[in-house]
Amino acid sequence: MIERLKAMLVKEFIQVLRDPRMRFVMFVIPVVQTLIFGYAVNTDVREVATAVYDLDNSSQSREIADLFVKSGYFRLEARVYDDKKAQELIDRGEVKAVLRMNRGLSERLVGGRGAQLQMILDGTDSNTAGIALNYASRIVGGYNARLQEEWGARHGGVRTFPGGVELVSRAWFNENLESRNYYVPAVITNIVFIITMLLSSMAVVREKEIGTIEQVIVTPIGKGEFILGKSIPFILIGFINVTIISLVAVFWFEVPLRGSIPLLYLATALFLMSSLGIGLLISTISRTQQQAMMSAFFVLFPAILLSGFAFPIESMPQIVQWFTLVNPMRFFLVIIRAIFQKGVGVDILWPQMAALLLIGVTILSTAVLRFKKTLG
Amino acid sequence: MNGANATTTGESPEAQVSLHELTRRFGDFTAVDRVTLDVARGEIFGFLGPNGAGKSTTIRMLCGILPPSSGSGTVAGYDIATQSEQIKNQIGYMSQKFSLYEELTVEENIDFYSGIYRIPAGKKAERKEWVIEMAGLAEQRGTRAQALSGGWKQRLALGCAVLHEPPIVFLDEPTSGVDPISRRSFWELIYRLSGEGVTIFVTTHYMEEAECCDRLGFIFGGELIALGTPAELKAGFPGQIVEIGCERPFELLQRVESLPGVKSSALFGAGLHLAVENAEQTIAAIGRELPDLDLRMERITPSLEDLFVSFMQAQGRAASS
Ligand SMILES: Nc1ncnc2c1ncn2[C@@H]1O[C@H](COP(=O)(O)OP(=O)(O)OP(=O)(O)O)[C@@H](O)[C@H]1O
Ligand SMILES: [Mg+2]
Repeated sequence: MIERLKAMLVKEFIQVLRDPRMRFVMFVIPVVQTLIFGYAVNTDVREVATAVYDLDNSSQSREIADLFVKSGYFRLEARVYDDKKAQELIDRGEVKAVLRMNRGLSERLVGGRGAQLQMILDGTDSNTAGIALNYASRIVGGYNARLQEEWGARHGGVRTFPGGVELVSRAWFNENLESRNYYVPAVITNIVFIITMLLSSMAVVREKEIGTIEQVIVTPIGKGEFILGKSIPFILIGFINVTIISLVAVFWFEVPLRGSIPLLYLATALFLMSSLGIGLLISTISRTQQQAMMSAFFVLFPAILLSGFAFPIESMPQIVQWFTLVNPMRFFLVIIRAIFQKGVGVDILWPQMAALLLIGVTILSTAVLRFKKTLG
Repeated sequence: MNGANATTTGESPEAQVSLHELTRRFGDFTAVDRVTLDVARGEIFGFLGPNGAGKSTTIRMLCGILPPSSGSGTVAGYDIATQSEQIKNQIGYMSQKFSLYEELTVEENIDFYSGIYRIPAGKKAERKEWVIEMAGLAEQRGTRAQALSGGWKQRLALGCAVLHEPPIVFLDEPTSGVDPISRRSFWELIYRLSGEGVTIFVTTHYMEEAECCDRLGFIFGGELIALGTPAELKAGFPGQIVEIGCERPFELLQRVESLPGVKSSALFGAGLHLAVENAEQTIAAIGRELPDLDLRMERITPSLEDLFVSFMQAQGRAASS
């Protein structure tokens, strides 16, 4: 067992390291991917391009517009004075929001009668629109509170609402709700999955296509020895990827890594059993590299979409949620985010780790069983 | 063909390789059709046949890497359908297409197979040197296989196939693309192995190599159509051979083919060989029909090549009628 495995490993490492494309995949791709994700996947809403549609043109209306701009969430892009122009700017995507204040706003406010202002949002990006609206109502709420205070002071110290409920929210683990802290560690799951799965899906089928497998399967090598010999180098590649991405995350993007590093590697090892298992299974049942590549992509997209990376699993239909229970990405993602952001340990994460172990052992043993030492 | 029946029947206990009605189909197509033969210990068995005859398919079944569709076979006493893993400990195999790792060096390829075959640590170095010396690869130890020329690749492949000293060796066209000198040294090695009691099952397209075999099987369209020693096969040749030396053999070929009594004809070196019923009659007939040509005609004893050309033409005619 050991001797054959050793021979397999020496050969696999020589092949991997002598291939310049493999070196590129191992060392360059993770860095590039992390940088791209780190910069591109940014769901923080800041400086929403806004048009001010101020028909009142009073000190009050100007003050409100000022509050919006000073908050940092809205950026004054244009001033408009008719509906047509406002519509046009939204249509062309030049602004995402229009703040409209009608004539008579100041009059009503001063008279204490209450006034309305309108926020028109480009709903095509519902996520940004929702967040912007949220900011807008906070700004308006703050302004209201101040108006009421002033009004009360002017009318003999009477406050309309002597006391109220004020919501003080704090986001734990990610105080400023930096989306980078949330997404960059998760990039580990994606890159490790993509690279190890794609590479291992080529591993066996490449030997089939080139024909070298014919000389190997006439030897008494065991199926397990062969498959294990194929997987171990990719486990190492997976570890290298995790290391590179974590370094970029921590030192370039300054994402906090609060949990234990050995646990990070242990979880990676568990996850790699699944990702390599899937790749090797694809590789053993495919006839050509092209076929294997197509199958790998066929697995890749649902695995990433149903991992919770971009879309929360809780908001998926129930049936789809059950489906995610066999997705190793889902569990690894929870573990990685927890290790980076919460710094929790095995005591909390064991269910996810157990799930990875179970899925991994199942897939890997299926791959060994499906590997046939025959041609055709 | 007369010699065939004598040796095909029964599976002798001495047989190292034994096939009985072995058949392999790919869909509707039958690549190997009920082949029955035995190969004795230490024998060099040559498997001949044109392209696509089913030689490689047969060898793959015997090596346990291609399941037979029907029929049976044993190698070293193990059943090819059910005991392929035991067989793999007993055989060396050199595939028709170079199947070692191109990106590994000569030594790395040898080391890989010596690990896979679990050659004991104390013997590893010795076996490696034996292979390198035998294949004459001393100067190319560190060369990647992809940089070796065709002949060197074949030697390396043979070396890796016999590294673990298997009692039975299957060689699928081991000398294709190898120059005549290297081919000769290749065959010296095959004799050496055979002298040590190794059983050798080899396919080839070269008739001079076929002459070197102890026994031959000729396969055509998946069917074994002749089996016997080279001498037996030649003695069993049905008819006589006329050799014609002439200037433009190709033109003559078309003119003599239609003559009565000519069963098959083929270009041969600088002339023609005709397989005929009666050499004297044919020589006389050609002299009458084509008096204008200055032809040197002579009856000769049939060579293996004559034998196989006439087999193939006879089968071809049978198939088309
Ligand atoms: N896996 C396969 N699927 C379908 N047909 C196959 C397969 N393998 C071989 N064949 C067909 O079986 C026939 C016999 O092939 P085989 O390789 O055994 O011939 P061969 O005698 O070794 O020929 P050559 O001298 O060219 O090597 C051919 O017609 C080939 O196309
Ligand atoms: Mg062949």
